[in-house]
Order: sequence, then structure tokens, then C-alpha cells
Amino acid sequence: MGLVARHLEEHGIPTLIIGSARDIIEHCGVPRFLYLDFPLGNPCGKPYDKEMQFNVIKKGISLLQTSTAANSIEQLEYSWADDNAWRDDYSKVDDGNRAELARRGEDRRRQQAAEKAAGRTRAAMIAEG
Amino acid sequence: MTEVYDVPYMIRTRDYYRAQGYETDYVWAHNSETPFTPLSKPVNESKIGVITTSMPDTEQGRKERRVYSLPVSPIPKSMYTAELSWHHTVTHTDDVSSFLPLEQLKRLENSGEIGEQADKFHCLPTEYSQRNTTKNDAPEILNRLQEDEVDIAILVPL
Repeated sequence: MGLVARHLEEHGIPTLIIGSARDIIEHCGVPRFLYLDFPLGNPCGKPYDKEMQFNVIKKGISLLQTSTAANSIEQLEYSWADDNAWRDDYSKVDDGNRAELARRGEDRRRQQAAEKAAGRTRAAMIAEG
Repeated sequence: MTEVYDVPYMIRTRDYYRAQGYETDYVWAHNSETPFTPLSKPVNESKIGVITTSMPDTEQGRKERRVYSLPVSPIPKSMYTAELSWHHTVTHTDDVSSFLPLEQLKRLENSGEIGEQADKFHCLPTEYSQRNTTKNDAPEILNRLQEDEVDIAILVPL
């Protein structure tokens, strides 16, 4: 998404990214980024929390109005949970799932080879289970 | 007090790929300079377009990953997100407004805080191949936003 934001800016359309993968976005470099420190999947706020979702977008509009230079980043004040369990859990690799991941990788490579043979060139990143 | 830290997604993804037997690490896009376009008019006079990484929840959208455009009204009750790398074990994407801000922008349009919401929003496939994104999808998204005559784009990756 960062690459698309950069392309749009280069062609005269101002952009705002709202998201939760801060390291990836900062590494790419984007004009304006509103950061919500939540698990990936709900960048506009907690499911069914209408007021939070509205306030997130209002903050985004505010960032659009105030930012004057590239790499303008603002963090929202919301927190997902009181502990870090969700942070530690993302794409975790440990002895409990190492064999399963290796097997899944084999399956995936077989599938990728079949797709390539069929002329399909698009592939998503590996989905987190 | 538990120390809060940003999830290191690049490192986690690298280790996840390695654990699946991939020998070459993914190289994330990195740039030393970043373009910046100032707003051409105040937000309350601007037309805003939205771009999501979710796909239409249709047979076609589930099958073929490409750029799609959908009307902002009626707001879709669901979007296809199953293939994306969001955090499936701790949350869900059953509430479209938690990742696609159409309802919120409609509210801001009604209160006059934005000029208007574009009639369509656009679906952008997340891609392993950065070349597919930069050579094909980014120009396609630009074309569609120009057709919509948007002044500002809000991009919301899951």
C-alpha cells in the first residue's frame, strides 16, 4: 500500500494511510500515516465500536489538514488490550508449530508451482493462521 | 505495567517464511526519499476516495486477485479478506467498518467536514511481487481515482 501511496503522490494526489504495521510503512516511507497500535485487520478501530471507528477517521482528516511534509506520522491513543499476548502471538514460530509450518511450506510450494504452470503470476504474502 | 512495543512485522514475517522452508528472505520496499503533495483545496471542499486491500466478497473477487471498483452505497455487508495477512487468531473482519471507512466518511460528508465521498472505492490486491504493484496496480488505481476526480486518497491496508 505504501508503494501505491507514493505513486499517487508523485502524480499529484495527496494520500493518507491508516494502518497498524508501523515498521513496514516507515521502512517504505510514505507521505502521511495514521498509526493504530492494533492487531492487523481492524485499522479503523475495534469491530462494532462505531464511535472509535468514527474518531479514527476524524483523526485522519485532521492529519491531512495539518501535515506539511513527507513522513508525517501520528499515533492514535487507543490500545487493544492490557497485555502483550496478541503482540507475541503474531506469526509465532516455536517448537509447538515448527513441524506444522515446515509441512505447510511444502504444500504451499507445490501449490505455487501449479499456479505458475497454469500461468497465474499473482501471489499474496503468506497468510498468518 | 507491561511494556508496550510495536509488533516487528518485518522480522516476524521473515522468520515465518524461514520456518516454512523459504530460503530467500522477502525484501521490503525501502526508500530514502518520499514524495509529498500538499492538499489542493480545504478538506471540507475535497472529494475523497478510499482504497482497501480487501477484495469483493463475490465468486470473482474470491477467485481473482486484481484491482476492483465498487460503489460506496450501499455499503457492502462483507468483504473477502481470508487470504490477507491479518491477525486471524485474535480478531475478525466481520464488521466492514473496522477496516473500510465508508460509513465514517458518509457521516463526515453529512456534517460538512469533508466535501464529499467519491461514488466508488477501489480494491488493491496485496502482492508478493512489488513489480506487480508498481507496474500494474498503482497506475491502474491512479487512473481510476483520476476518473473519479478525487482530491484526496485514503488508503487502508488490513
